[in-house]
Order: sequence, then structure tokens, then C-alpha cells
Amino acid sequence: MQNINITLNGKVTAVAPEITILEAARQQGIDLPTLCHHPDQRVKANCRICVVEVEGVKNLVPSCSTRVTAGMNITTNSPRVRETVRTILELIFADHPQECLTCIRNGNCELRQIAAKFGVRDIQGEKRKHSFSQDFSTPSLVRNPDKCIKCGRCAEACHYIQNVGILYSHNRSTEISISPEYGKQLADVACVLCGQCALVCPVGAIHERDDTDRVWEALADPQKHVVVQVAPAVRVSLAEEFGFPSGEIATGKLVSALRSLGFDRVFDTDFSADLTIIEEGHELLDRIANGGVLPMITSCSPGWIKYMEHYYPELIPHLSTCKSPQQMFGALAKTYYAQTSGLEAKDIIVVSVMPCTAKKFEAERPEMDASGSQDVDIVLTTRELGRMLQHEGIDFRMLPEAEFDSPLGISTGAAAIFGATGGVMEAALRTVYEVVTGKTLTDLNFTTVRGMTGVKEASVDLAGMEVKAGIAHGLANAKKILEMIKAGQSDYTFIEIMCCPGGCIGGGGQPYGTTNEIRARRIEALYQVDENMPLRKSHENPAVQELYQDFLLEPLGELSHRLLHTQYCSRS
Amino acid sequence: MNKMLDDDQIFNISPGRHVDLDHHCQNGGYSALAKALAQGPETSLKEISDAGLRGRGGAAFPTAEKIKMLRANTEKLRYIICNADEGEPGTFKDRFIMTHIPFQLLEGITIAAFMAGASEGYIYVRHEYPEAQKILRESIEEAERRGFLGENILGSGFSLSLKLFSGAGSYLCGEETALISSIEGKKGRPRLKPPYPTQAGLWQKPTLINNVETLANIPKIIEKSASWYRSFGTPDSPGTKLISLSGDVQNRGLFEVPFGMTFAEIISEYGGGAKTGKAIKAVNIGGASGVLIPPEMLFTPLEYLACSKTGITIGSGAIFVLDDTRSILSNVQNRLRFFLHESCGKCTPCREGLRQANLILDRLLAGEAVRQDVSTLERYTRAIQEASFCGLGQAAGNSLRSSLAYYRDEYLASCRDNKPSFIEEETA
Repeated sequence: MQNINITLNGKVTAVAPEITILEAARQQGIDLPTLCHHPDQRVKANCRICVVEVEGVKNLVPSCSTRVTAGMNITTNSPRVRETVRTILELIFADHPQECLTCIRNGNCELRQIAAKFGVRDIQGEKRKHSFSQDFSTPSLVRNPDKCIKCGRCAEACHYIQNVGILYSHNRSTEISISPEYGKQLADVACVLCGQCALVCPVGAIHERDDTDRVWEALADPQKHVVVQVAPAVRVSLAEEFGFPSGEIATGKLVSALRSLGFDRVFDTDFSADLTIIEEGHELLDRIANGGVLPMITSCSPGWIKYMEHYYPELIPHLSTCKSPQQMFGALAKTYYAQTSGLEAKDIIVVSVMPCTAKKFEAERPEMDASGSQDVDIVLTTRELGRMLQHEGIDFRMLPEAEFDSPLGISTGAAAIFGATGGVMEAALRTVYEVVTGKTLTDLNFTTVRGMTGVKEASVDLAGMEVKAGIAHGLANAKKILEMIKAGQSDYTFIEIMCCPGGCIGGGGQPYGTTNEIRARRIEALYQVDENMPLRKSHENPAVQELYQDFLLEPLGELSHRLLHTQYCSRS
Repeated sequence: MNKMLDDDQIFNISPGRHVDLDHHCQNGGYSALAKALAQGPETSLKEISDAGLRGRGGAAFPTAEKIKMLRANTEKLRYIICNADEGEPGTFKDRFIMTHIPFQLLEGITIAAFMAGASEGYIYVRHEYPEAQKILRESIEEAERRGFLGENILGSGFSLSLKLFSGAGSYLCGEETALISSIEGKKGRPRLKPPYPTQAGLWQKPTLINNVETLANIPKIIEKSASWYRSFGTPDSPGTKLISLSGDVQNRGLFEVPFGMTFAEIISEYGGGAKTGKAIKAVNIGGASGVLIPPEMLFTPLEYLACSKTGITIGSGAIFVLDDTRSILSNVQNRLRFFLHESCGKCTPCREGLRQANLILDRLLAGEAVRQDVSTLERYTRAIQEASFCGLGQAAGNSLRSSLAYYRDEYLASCRDNKPSFIEEETA
């Protein structure tokens, strides 16, 4: 369609039709303030701080929900707009506990940033005394409803991105609150702990449980041998916490940073991701050969697992029994690694750095104790690691590149792409193809499984047997596939599901400001990591081969079964 | 010149008794429906358009234009909703129509549905009107039995399935998009417009929503013609308006008033003026969401054009008179508390602005406020009016804005630092 002319702050500009005033202004370099607006969500127009003046319209209009029309005369910088926006901000502050100095969002709070820009110097309104209690009921998330500004982004993510829908706005007027049903705690409702709510919260009303102090304590304990594993997705997002552009690959710096913090060994979840492919690939082949339950669905995403347990317990037999790479790592660190390095499991502390809040829950699942005690002791999100590094004054830009420790730090490109939607599928196909056909893949890139499309499909010919693969990311998309299975309409053999949009790179523990655009850049970076690796197929990982040779003996073997596989429970 | 109507023209208020279906038919009832069905939707719609009928719920949108928007829509399934969530304090006109002349309303709904091509409809009646709900339920059944509603109305082939839907007590559900959400079983909160209900309303289908009084006008226009209708009122605002008159007047009640009479005339001729020995201090027009005006402004005629020029909101047609024994501030706070209670809490200016405005009024009434509070209140009022999501917030500011404009002295007089004792305190 043809561009239309609008007047923006006195200047005539041609813009695309059908866009909002907010979009038009931002294209012209005028960044209007927003709180409830999020580029990946529906327009809510609740907060009203993006209001502007439109000639001929009696009241101010919200720029986020008003589309431009030909000849529209918009003013964003009049005294009238300025006064109204400041007043609305003042009204929000009067209802917001002014605990900025001690808030977990100090430094990256959107409300605070807007307040700084607009120079609100005085709050005439009477401050409200709050009485909500905080919700510490889960290992993953903490809710602090006093800080909630009722923008509705969390509920929007919960209902429409994830289709879980446990967060609602309750009551009306000044009694309005956003919480689980009847003001219950998160542990008492069917929350999957994905943390997409926390990722989009502009303030400190819902955030990850902060476990950094537990890590400091472990690092300071001379009796403990503290090892750390890092998920694939963290290496392409952590740098954002230090001002790097999104999609920056920071694997080497990340390793250096973790060494600087004092970890005894810096290992890689990519190692156990490769291992997962071996176990899961063989499980798939076993199910195909022996009439097991198909389609088989991946099980590395703990939010996804919890979702199945709450909402589709009848489909649990479809889930692979493989533990997630995080948990395989934990079980091996306290058995295999302990043995080979002459340590006792009780003296090892396993710390994970994950893009995910649900991983904290997963680590604390009672069945995750194959080593005799909790396999993974402490889980940090990307954001928490960012805070620890800032606390130590580690200048990320100046860090040298370093290599992971052996043997649990050796990995292939197939493991790196676990962090992206479709990555587990692609990694599995590379291995399953070669195992079944005995041939070498000429083209390793299964591009049809890549990208941000919600539901993707691929078909692979395995020595005359067609394997149809389905991929979904974000639980709203996952639900579509599950409903197909329930209705008997699925012809998939193997399905990959990731709880969060984009896969782990879009997880609930990733840096604030994550959008689908940024997700796409992180995904691109992971495929770059894959391309740059000398080995790109999990079964070629020498450390994994050695592990089977010396310890596990064979995939799906007795020891594998005990350490690397698990079971699920209905939570409906 | 006495502009009062010789007789009720449209609403049959004077007898004040329930008109049953037989009486309705005897008085020419359902002849309009038969006429509309015979002449077709276009001709009927032209009559409404020529009559210049405008929405009586408060927004005064031309009714025929709204119906045309539905007709332009290609979607086959369309709804009609009669908004009978009459929650505006001081307004009791729709209740009268529903309890006394229900068949005139049903006939109006049926004709409107026919013109709009709607085959299903709801009457959304506020929870606090159980009597109206009972009468309407029975009337719908009876009209169906007699072939005025339901399948193949009067043998025309046109069908309308009409149901009564009870609100749950929320004022905001009178706002059309909140009302739609409420019928859909969702929280009664307003939705973004566009899309307007005419484009995507109930269950995302094109929906015609009109106020009770608007719809009850339609049979008379069809029956007696647009030119007859235009013999009442003014060229800008043809016809009559039901006025709910209350407060400090001799006669309170519901009156059918032709557009064009001034508010002063309405108060003196229908209301009998202020109570003996008292003077009018202020008049609230348009219910709680309307404005407070001083006596000098009462010479404005009841007419959409004239009122919009002077900043008066006719709204639902409520007129509430305050005599000189009343406090402007406590009256304003009374209404503010109502809005604070009824705010859905969705948007910041309405939720937080009304809370802060209320706190300032508390301080003013307790004698604890300072002059700075009055200017802060003015600033908050502007934000509430300028930036609220829906009409509730925008209208909630009306009484604040108008009272601050016309009775600022009374606000200032309540301030602690405006009293001689304060100055003594300061200098001591």
C-alpha cells in the first residue's frame, strides 16, 4: 500500500499506512514512553503514558493503539502532553513502593528509566500503603504484588504466548491486582514456572528467585569443589547484560568470567546435550523398532514437562524418558566426574547457569537424585550470572577468550543449537540418520526445522523409513500439536517441544528486553557457533564416546537408565 | 411562550400505568413494525435518518448512521443489543420504559434489528432492576406467542430471537464494549475501539447497541413519519428527551421534554422551581458523569449543539438540582466515590487519578488541604479526562472540572492556608 503523509511535531512525513502513531514516531526517531506496550503482545493501552495530541480530537490519544491516517497532525511534545504524561507517571509512583535502591530491578527497571527521562521531581499524590504478601512458594519465581503497576504484560504472556493462563487481574478499581486465581500462590496453581511473565515485567513485581548468595557461599567454602555448567543459550545472550548488541557470541569470555568468579571447573551443558542426543536418538529407534509409544516428544525443557504433567497427563507416555541435559550433567558430575577425579560426591557442588527459571524447579524435583543427593545444587539464570559478574566488577569487555575444562566441557555444534527452537530435532536427525543408514550426511543443515515459525515440520528418509518430525515452541503452539495427537491427527514420529518462544534463547531467565526480534538474532548466533565447531554431530563427541566406553558402556544401558533417564507424574 | 408539550408524544408517561400488549396494539402499537416489514429496511432507515434520531444513552450518535454501518458489513450473523444497564445515578427513564411500555421497546428493538439485519439479540438489563427484568421476560414471551418476535415475524420471513440478559451490578457494563464482554462471560472491562461493535461486537460479530430510550423512539417515527417527529425539538436535536428530574425541586419525576427548552424552563415548568424559600446554587446535568453548572448557565437550551458549545453534557438526561444549603465539595466527592468504586481499574489515570482526587477532597472537607492541593486536583482532573481508556474515566472528571471552574472559590475557601487563622499561625 502507498505511504501516507502525516504531520509529526510540525514536520510532514510519509509513513506506511496501518501503523500506529507509536510506530510512526519511533521510525522518525521519537521514542515515546511506554509501559504496558510490548512489541510481541497485543495492544493493551492500559498505562496511558504514550498519549499524544491529535488535531481535531478532543482528548489525548494513546499512540500505541491509534493508527495513523492520512493528513493526521500529531504533536508529541506540547506542554499539554508533557503535563499529562508526567502526571500519569506521578500517579503510578504514588502507588508504587519507592524501594528502588533495594529492588532487584534497580538498574534495569523500565519505570525508573522513564521517570529519569521525564524528570518527575515531586510526587504530590499521597503514597499508598500496601499490604500484599510476597509469594516465595516456588523455587523459580518470586512475586511481589506491591510493586505491580497493572500493565498486564505478564498476564498477556501467560494467556496468549503460553496459553497457560494462571495469572489474572482480579477485582476492580484500586483493589485491582494481578495474581493467580483467588490470590493463591504460584505453587498452588498449575503454573509451569517458565518465567515468561518475569521476562516481560517492566518492574520488580515478578522475578527469578535470587540464588546468587548460595553460589557465593559455595565458592567461599574451601571444603567444596564447585563446578559450573553453562547452557547453550547463555553464550549468545549474556553479553547483552554488558551492553553488547544482541546475538553477540561470548563463549570464550563466558568461560573466563566463570573462572574469575572462582569455580573449580568450568564445564559445558553442551557436553550433556550431545549425550542427550545419543540416549534420545536410541530411545526413538528403540520405540520405532519395538512398537513403543509414538510420536515420541522431547523432554529437555522443564517448563514444558511441567505443562504436560498439569494439562496433558494422559500423553505422558509420549515423553522421552531422557533427563534434560542439565540433569544428565548433574548426575554424571557427581558420579563419573567424581570417580575420575578422585572426589566424593558430597564434596561437589554443581551450579548451572541456565536461560530458564523452570530449571530451578527441575533441579529440586525429588527424583533428580541419581547420584545419591540432589544432582544439581544451584541454578542461576543468565540474569543472575550477569549480576554476579557486575558485583565482582568484572569488566566483560576486557575478559580474554578461554576454553571449557575437560572432559565435561567438550561438545559439538549439534549441542550448541539445543538453545534454539528446532535445534534438538536437527541435532537428533544428524545422529539418527548416520546411526540408521550408516552413511555420512552430506548436508548437515536441516533448515526446515529452523526459524521462529510457531509450528514447523520436517521429513527425513532413514533407509527407506520416513520419519516425520514436528517442532513447536511456546506453549500455545505446543498445545496445537498436543491436540492433534489427542485427536489422532498427528502423523509425526518425533516431536520437539520447547516451552518458551524461540526455544531456550527466549527463556524466562534471559536478559530483560527480550523480544522476538532479539530471539531471532540469538538463534542466528547459535547456528554460527554450530558452523564454527570442528565437530557438528553429537555421536562424534570424543568425550561422550569415552564416557560410554569407560563408564556407561552402552546407550539405554543399565547405568544410563539409572543416571540419565527419569519418570514423570500427573499433576492434574 | 410555553414550550411544554400538550400531551406526551412518544412515551405515554402521564397515565403512569403498565401498557399491556392489547393496549399497545389498540394505541397503534405494532403498526409500525408491520409498516417497516412491508416497506423494507431501506425505506424505514431513511425515515429514521430523516427524523435525525440520535442515541439517548449519552453519546448522541446518529442512530441511522450506526445502523448503516451494520448494513455495510458483509458478515451475515449480526446481533442487536438493547443497552438497559441504566446505572447513571439520578437516571430512571429506561426503567419507566421497561416497566410501563415494554412492548413499545420490544417493537423498537424488532424494527431496529430488521433494519440492521440482526437475527439475534439481547436486552442487557441491570441487576438492580428485577421488576423490569420480570416484565420484559414475560413481554418477550407474549410477543413471541403473538408472532411479534421469534420466527417469521408477522409472516414476513424476518426472524429475531431476543433474550434478556441480567447484568451483575457493575456500572461500567453500561459502556458498550464492557457490556459485550459481560455477555460473553468475561470481566466487564472496556475493549479497545476500533474495532467498533458495528464491526466486531458480540462474539466478534457486527453488533448494533442502542439505549432503551433510543430504540423506544423508533416505532413512533416509523408510525407517524420523520416530519411529524421533527415537529418537536430543534433542527439540531429533533424530538423529545426523557428527563429524570430530582434534587431540591418542588416536583421530582420523569418528564418528556421537547428539545429546545432551556434548563431553567425545565426546572421551573416541570419541576416547579426550587423548594420554597431556597435558591438554586448549582445544577448537575447528565447524572454523576455530567457537569455541575451555576444558575446563570441554566439559560442554555436542552439541545446537543448548544450544550456542547457550553460544555454541558446532556448524557442520560438526568437533572439534579442543588439549592443553597448544599456543599459543592461534598456533592462532588459523593460522585467521585461512586466513580472510584465503579472504575474497572484497568487504566492508570482513572484508577489512580480518582483515588488521589478523592484523597484531596477528603483533605479539603476535613479542612486539612492547602491551596497547592487545589491546583494539583486540577492537574489530576486534566489527566483523568485527557487520558482515561473509556468514557467512565473521561466522564468522571466532568463534575471535578466543572466544579473547579465554577466554584473554585468554594474549594479555596476550604483550604487551611486560605483562612485568617492560618496566617496568624504562620506569623506567630
